[in-house]
Amino acid sequence: MIDQSVRWLDDRLGIAKGGRTMLDKIFPDHWSFMLGEIALYSFVVLIATGVFLSLYYIPSAHEVVYHGSYLPLRGQRVSEAYSSTVGLSFDVKSGLLIRQTHHWAADVFLGSIAVHMARIFFTGAFRKPRELNWIVGVTMLMLGIVNGFLGYSLPDDLVSGTGIRIAYSIIESVPLVGSYLGFFLFGGNYPGNGIIIPRFFLLHVLILPVIIGGLIAVHLGLLVKQKHTQFPGKGKTEDNVVGTPMFPTFIAKTTGFMFMTSAVLLLLGGLAQINPIWQFGQYEPYQISYAVQPDWYMGWLDGALRIMPSWEWVGWGHTLPLEVFLPAVVFPGLTFGFFWGWPHIEKRFTKDVATHNLLDRPRDRPKRTAFGAAMLMFYFMLFAASSTDVMANFFNVSLNVVLWTFRVIVFVIPIITYFVTYQICNEMRAAEGIGKRKRAMVVSRSDTGAYSTVTAEPRPGDDAHELDAIPVPTYINLTPEELETGPGVRRVMR
Amino acid sequence: MSDESTVQPTAPLPVAALDDPHQLPYAKHPGRAQAVAVVAMIIGILGCIGFGITYWVSDQTQWQAVTLGVGLLGLGFGVTAWGKYLMARGPFVEERHPFNSSDEEVKEMTAAITQRGGIVVARRKLLGGLFAIGSLAFGVVAAFPLIRSLGPKPGRALFVTNWRRNSQLVTVDGRPVHKNDLEVGGVLTVFPRGFAGSSPDQTILLRIEELGPEDPPLSLASPGRSDWTALGYVAYSKMCTHLGCPVGLYQEQTVELVCPCHQSIFNVLAGAVPEFGPAPRPLPQLPIKVQNGFLVAQDGYNQPIGPGFWERP
Repeated sequence: MIDQSVRWLDDRLGIAKGGRTMLDKIFPDHWSFMLGEIALYSFVVLIATGVFLSLYYIPSAHEVVYHGSYLPLRGQRVSEAYSSTVGLSFDVKSGLLIRQTHHWAADVFLGSIAVHMARIFFTGAFRKPRELNWIVGVTMLMLGIVNGFLGYSLPDDLVSGTGIRIAYSIIESVPLVGSYLGFFLFGGNYPGNGIIIPRFFLLHVLILPVIIGGLIAVHLGLLVKQKHTQFPGKGKTEDNVVGTPMFPTFIAKTTGFMFMTSAVLLLLGGLAQINPIWQFGQYEPYQISYAVQPDWYMGWLDGALRIMPSWEWVGWGHTLPLEVFLPAVVFPGLTFGFFWGWPHIEKRFTKDVATHNLLDRPRDRPKRTAFGAAMLMFYFMLFAASSTDVMANFFNVSLNVVLWTFRVIVFVIPIITYFVTYQICNEMRAAEGIGKRKRAMVVSRSDTGAYSTVTAEPRPGDDAHELDAIPVPTYINLTPEELETGPGVRRVMR
Repeated sequence: MSDESTVQPTAPLPVAALDDPHQLPYAKHPGRAQAVAVVAMIIGILGCIGFGITYWVSDQTQWQAVTLGVGLLGLGFGVTAWGKYLMARGPFVEERHPFNSSDEEVKEMTAAITQRGGIVVARRKLLGGLFAIGSLAFGVVAAFPLIRSLGPKPGRALFVTNWRRNSQLVTVDGRPVHKNDLEVGGVLTVFPRGFAGSSPDQTILLRIEELGPEDPPLSLASPGRSDWTALGYVAYSKMCTHLGCPVGLYQEQTVELVCPCHQSIFNVLAGAVPEFGPAPRPLPQLPIKVQNGFLVAQDGYNQPIGPGFWERP
């Protein structure tokens, strides 16, 4: 059977040669390599649950009277989008489970991308030859954030409607073309002529998922072409990959991981309530709820909007709402521009043009690690700033104090983080025997009450399982001779 | 994929020796590892069956999640344990061959592009130019329907609301607002008659004091607006000047309006100037008066409401 199928396909496509190589593709064994897999399998869950939801959701602002099984809403005039979302939650079997799983999967998708990206950053996996894949990944993060926003806007509930209102005002803040863009996108002055929900729906379920899916294919294709990176260790060089083969071991492990990721998302979706839109009610432009925050991945933008001073610029018969344009348009633009350009930016500092397949240990690159930690802290502080009102209530201090505190610490804490991380990295590098599995110490008490400490008997695997620390040069200074060794892979002497 | 990048060993993948120091503890006891995987998979099967029963018997979200979650968790754990402990784990080594071409090949590729392209385009400059102009023209005109058809031009829409001289203040249900409708400290969202629920017209009506017709008007620290209030009522646009959220929170003690979105705070008695937060401008004030016992607007807003935009003077 298998024999015949392979022969049939090989006669037509010649799959056997490359296929055999694929089956033997080696995957390095390290837990941090699973972070990207979480993102991939969350995306699979998003597609599966999303198809289910699209069977029941009606993307329409048309007003109807709610007649479903949720009593407090009965008889109210709501949009078809809202009515169908409540309907698929309560009147479709398993509907609530699937809807909440979809929402959780989106949050986990973006969370795992962020952590995966941090892993790539701190271990230097973005360096030559993988700059393109880094750019593809950053693009997926950006599109994922946009698609998440579009998705939670679809139910047309009070909280998400407020988010759309804010998005409209952000578009309006763009100089010269802002009001035109807003009118074109919404089909008129806010809230438009009801066309924004069908448009968001089309973007959310077709255009962006297709682009993200295509980019995932490119991401994995480049991974196969360029092969995995790996941490330095015994037997691992710039010129090989050490690990487990695709078939059967990796396939089994990754399939199991897909099942387990889906299981966790389902458990979250069924046990942890998320976005209970029936409590918020239908969106009306003149209504508002208290302590509303966007989904977590929009928090950094919301925080930036909150702590920005009111610097509106007025002159020459025009208004430039810098208090909106800077934090909500310029800042995310700079952020993603900076992420896209990072491999190139770092290269300008390190002058490192070599090909790298071995990963850095974060502590061996103290400046990069300290900078990355500072960046993470900066965005985390902005994220925290999106809860100024909740914090003021919780800690019972004035909103004014909380706001000014954040305006200061959003810059101060990352700077402190830089120096602390830098110091920790250097101290870790100076410590002896770090990275080695420690031999157990046995403490025993003699008859007379004296204590003595002896090293335990060696156990199999001691010193072998963890890797010897390998000194990594802080800077790679390339001599002209080294640069002239040809176009191939340059081996970094370690 | 090149033929060279085949993998050692090419022989059937061996199971790692049991005394291999890389071997995981469980892998040294294949029987025990298999038992773990068997139990996990049986739990997985039971969980899946449980989901099926739950689905037909009830529509209980939590039980569906627990059964299906445990089902997938069990299956996933079982397969992972199978792969991790009972399949070849090596470590195996795959050689990495440089995939980049030789200098010669790079040069040839570059030369092919520049020479062929250069010769063809240089000889037929007219065709090249025409095609470039044509493509540009196509790109520009294709944008017309793609962008321009999406919606109307803003025109004056952002500058005007439906508030006019003598517009009656009505609630969202369309009910006219009587002068006795609000107690001191009360707030109400109002619209001009005929436009109840309209976004740009939303206006927040507050009663600060109980004043009679003979009393001096409400003192606003905003010069020239002393006759914009009536009987202790004052009305402001409800659309925040920061990002257009409804400024829906009223703190009676401090006489402040708070926007719940980004915490801009407006001082009601000083003409709704922003005292705090990111909002750049005061909320526009709607001048009101009492006519036959009901509240009406003296006039429309004297400036565009809501957040800033480029065309706003």
